[in-house]
Amino acid sequence: MDLAVLWFVIIAVLWTGYLVLEGFDFGVGMLMSVLPRGRADQREKERRLLVNTIGPVWDGNEVWLITAAGATFAAFPEWYATLFSGFYLPLLAILVALIGRAVAFEYRGKIADAGWARRCDLAIQVGSWVPAVLWGVVLANLVRGVALDADHQYVGGLWALLNPFALLGGLATLTLFLLHGAVFVALKTDGEIRARARGHAQVLSVLAAVVAGGWVLWAQVAYSATWTWGAVALAAAALAGVAVTNRAGREGWAFTLSAAAIVAAVVLIFGSMFPAVMPGIDGGESLTIAEAASTPYTLRILTWVAVALTPLVVLYQSWTYWVFRRRLTTDHIPAPAGLTWQKIKDAAF
Amino acid sequence: MDALDLARWQFAITTVYHFIFVPLTIGLAPLVAGMQTAWVVTGNERWLRLTKFFGKLLLINFALGVVTGIVQEFQFGMTWSEYSRFVGDVFGAPLAIEALAAFFVESVFLGVWIFGWDRVSKKVHLACIWALAVATNLSAFFILAANSWMQHPVGAVYNPETGRAEMSSIGEVLTNSTLWAAYPHAIAAAFLTAGTFVAGIATWWMVRLVRTRRPEAVATAREVYRPAVLVGVVTILVAGVGVAVSGDVQGKLMFEQQPGKMASAEALCEGEEAAAFSVLTVGDLGAGCDGVRHLVTIPGLASYLGTGHFSGPESYLPGVADVQEAYSERYGDLTAAGEPVTYTPPLEITYWSFRLMIGLAGFSAALAVAALWFTRKGRVSDNLWLSRLAVAAIPAPFLASSFGWIFTEVGRQPWVVAPNPTGIDQIRLLTERGVSTAVPPGMVLASMVTFTLVYGVLAVVWFRLMRRYAVEGAPDVVHDESPEARAEDADDADRPLSFAY
Ligand code: HDD
Ligand code: HEM
Ligand code: HEM
Repeated sequence: MDLAVLWFVIIAVLWTGYLVLEGFDFGVGMLMSVLPRGRADQREKERRLLVNTIGPVWDGNEVWLITAAGATFAAFPEWYATLFSGFYLPLLAILVALIGRAVAFEYRGKIADAGWARRCDLAIQVGSWVPAVLWGVVLANLVRGVALDADHQYVGGLWALLNPFALLGGLATLTLFLLHGAVFVALKTDGEIRARARGHAQVLSVLAAVVAGGWVLWAQVAYSATWTWGAVALAAAALAGVAVTNRAGREGWAFTLSAAAIVAAVVLIFGSMFPAVMPGIDGGESLTIAEAASTPYTLRILTWVAVALTPLVVLYQSWTYWVFRRRLTTDHIPAPAGLTWQKIKDAAF
Repeated sequence: MDALDLARWQFAITTVYHFIFVPLTIGLAPLVAGMQTAWVVTGNERWLRLTKFFGKLLLINFALGVVTGIVQEFQFGMTWSEYSRFVGDVFGAPLAIEALAAFFVESVFLGVWIFGWDRVSKKVHLACIWALAVATNLSAFFILAANSWMQHPVGAVYNPETGRAEMSSIGEVLTNSTLWAAYPHAIAAAFLTAGTFVAGIATWWMVRLVRTRRPEAVATAREVYRPAVLVGVVTILVAGVGVAVSGDVQGKLMFEQQPGKMASAEALCEGEEAAAFSVLTVGDLGAGCDGVRHLVTIPGLASYLGTGHFSGPESYLPGVADVQEAYSERYGDLTAAGEPVTYTPPLEITYWSFRLMIGLAGFSAALAVAALWFTRKGRVSDNLWLSRLAVAAIPAPFLASSFGWIFTEVGRQPWVVAPNPTGIDQIRLLTERGVSTAVPPGMVLASMVTFTLVYGVLAVVWFRLMRRYAVEGAPDVVHDESPEARAEDADDADRPLSFAY
């Protein structure tokens, strides 16, 4: 295989890793406003429980995005330049969302104060809903094609990015991540919240099948090649499988299958773009893999590095999931260890 | 303001902000790892208390390093797309390697370290903080490889067809002389920052406890905080020498590789032999060279910094005017408006940032000397002035690091990729040609304002948390939570988390 094509595949793999992993932690973040029930203190405990299901792993999940972006810069500078400057405002919104979310995770428990926790929860939710939708909008636009000029500059403007196909794409990632998150919570918790998460997953599996399934079909029929019908079939089978296995209480399987649905969507997305990295719209100017790629020398170096390091990354990252495999209940959540607001305010130094 | 000015302001604001957190993380992670090692090896509880104490501060700091780093990575494509097209083939590789080799290690093992006190064995848990410490230092290497290439492009050829720089040797990129001078310097600066942080906080605590006159408090000062003061002081002393030695090497390289930066660091108008290092200058540096009067100077020192000679013909330093003439002749670039380019960075910034970088280290040095004196031969101190100095010294190396970068980056102007005098002339890029052309100024303004506001709020939260958790002090009681220390019968499944958000 041509090295540039190999790197196109590697970038797709990095996006797969990102969306499968951060997909569920976005889902958990979004469900923080939905799943917790009961009295105020019980709800607070359940919200903390949810945050702690992803606490040790969300940062490692996010590095898949950092690596995808860095690898795009290195292997396809023109793609990186055109995409990031062209999709400026959606990316800005995603960045701000990710900043707020990460800081809220880390600082939520540092101050023991109900108002502070509420504000952090707001940041976690906005920070999860916004990228869950916008990544779909961004990727759907890559499937649909965008307006480029002869210098490979994006010339479509902001509003062109918000077309119906892309907006449905946003809802598709949104429903997929909600489902993935609900299934993850069912897998990682025990007690009442586990049952509730399964109930939500049941409803969400239908919703995702309709919305994400609809978008996948549209993308396949309107923009893709024949072979990606395989991905469409996988997506359909996986989503049906989530519904069945979730109902049967096979949570490990349900999670595997919701991950498979996301994998199928990424295969479809990148498969439909091929051999362009930024297809033109309506047959206009496009940016192809060959035009965007770095030199063979650079790609060769990158290949060596990726071959040496990626298996290691997968290995030690999987290990952390093993270390934190225990199901959590609200009984496992210790009393808040943060300092009170009053103390924070009258620090004397 | 046009898109270029806005993009520059945005980059300067976000990068300087990122680099508030970076040096502390780089230096403090190994120090905390050292404290935890001391605990595992000696079993002395004092080290566990210090590990928990400084570990918490490290985590508060780390969070902001992470979130501001992502912005940096996206920004090259968002606001500097033409720069990215030009350099991507070379510059992207270290960035991608950094993510794969360092960022994954940092984030994954940090997660285990925070949540895994009771999940993994003592040794594995210790290995996690060391993995973090090594990875942060490794990440610095790769990002500085990228940055050094902008200062001094090597290992690349120019492709006239695409108009882009292309990598010809990763070996040369990673053995760039600029990198091997900048890396020790930046790392030494990071350890100076962290050493001052640890020494500063521990000294303040020591004095505070001794002043209570309560025997058990004085005992804590002696047994817990005094050792931490010494850890910090030794770090300051070693890092301080490292900063000076590596900075001297950088000065010599800068003289060869970016003579304009050297001249403007000294606000030296005309070339001179035995050029003096001016400590204080009056006049309007902003108006260029003509208004400058050097008031306090150290003879020959500027020449020595650049050339290794205090006097004689070898000590000749070219001035700003000489560099302008030589560069105009060699490159003769025109601005977008069609005028000849001024090859001089803003003198008032380069001159003062260089002096502030060096001068601010004086606080750390003063703290180190004072703290050594007051803790000599097993003593603890209740001296209020020592405690005031300790607190005042903490911000100084943060500021020095910022000024170091501001000097390095502003001094490179008008280039974003400075030409290598012994390299390929076409591999050079004016900053004004690197900015994104597809992004209208309104959008850059929107993002600049957004980042500034978000970062402003985060700075307040970060500062308050850091200060308050520092004032909270080391925990009084600590438990060995490791699986080894746990009683056999403790039921694993029902135990609460050792740490939770
Ligand atoms: C000398 C060191 C140094 C310098 C010059 C920079 N950084 Fe940085 N960066 C680090 C040292 C570092 C670090 C110490 O490794 C951090 C700080 C806290 C952390 O998590 O890692 C980090 C975090 C960090 C992250 C988040 C990593 C994560 O999630 O773990 C990204 C994406 C970047 N940086 C990217 C950049 C870019 C694109 C820079 C160029 C402008 C840059 N950094 C300058
Ligand atoms: C982390 C410490 C750093 C600081 C504090 C810093 C500071 C700055 C400042 C102040 C500017 C604006 C200069 C001007 O416009 O006059 C700038 C520009 C720039 N720097 Fe850095 N820099 C840092 C590291 C880096 C690194 C590591 C890279 C590359 C990997 C980099 C790449 C750039 C680029 C692309 C510009 C834009 C062009 C420009 O405006 O000059 N910087 N930086
Ligand atoms: C004897 C004292 C020092 C000397 C002679 C010195 C010299 C230098 C020089 C020449 C540069 C510019 C390199 C270039 O642009 O090519 C530089 C950059 C820098 N300095 Fe210093 N420096 C000193 C002290 C310090 C201190 C105390 C700190 C911070 C605690 C510091 C932090 C930095 C940083 C972060 C940079 C930018 C990164 C780099 O290029 O390494 N320096 N220094």
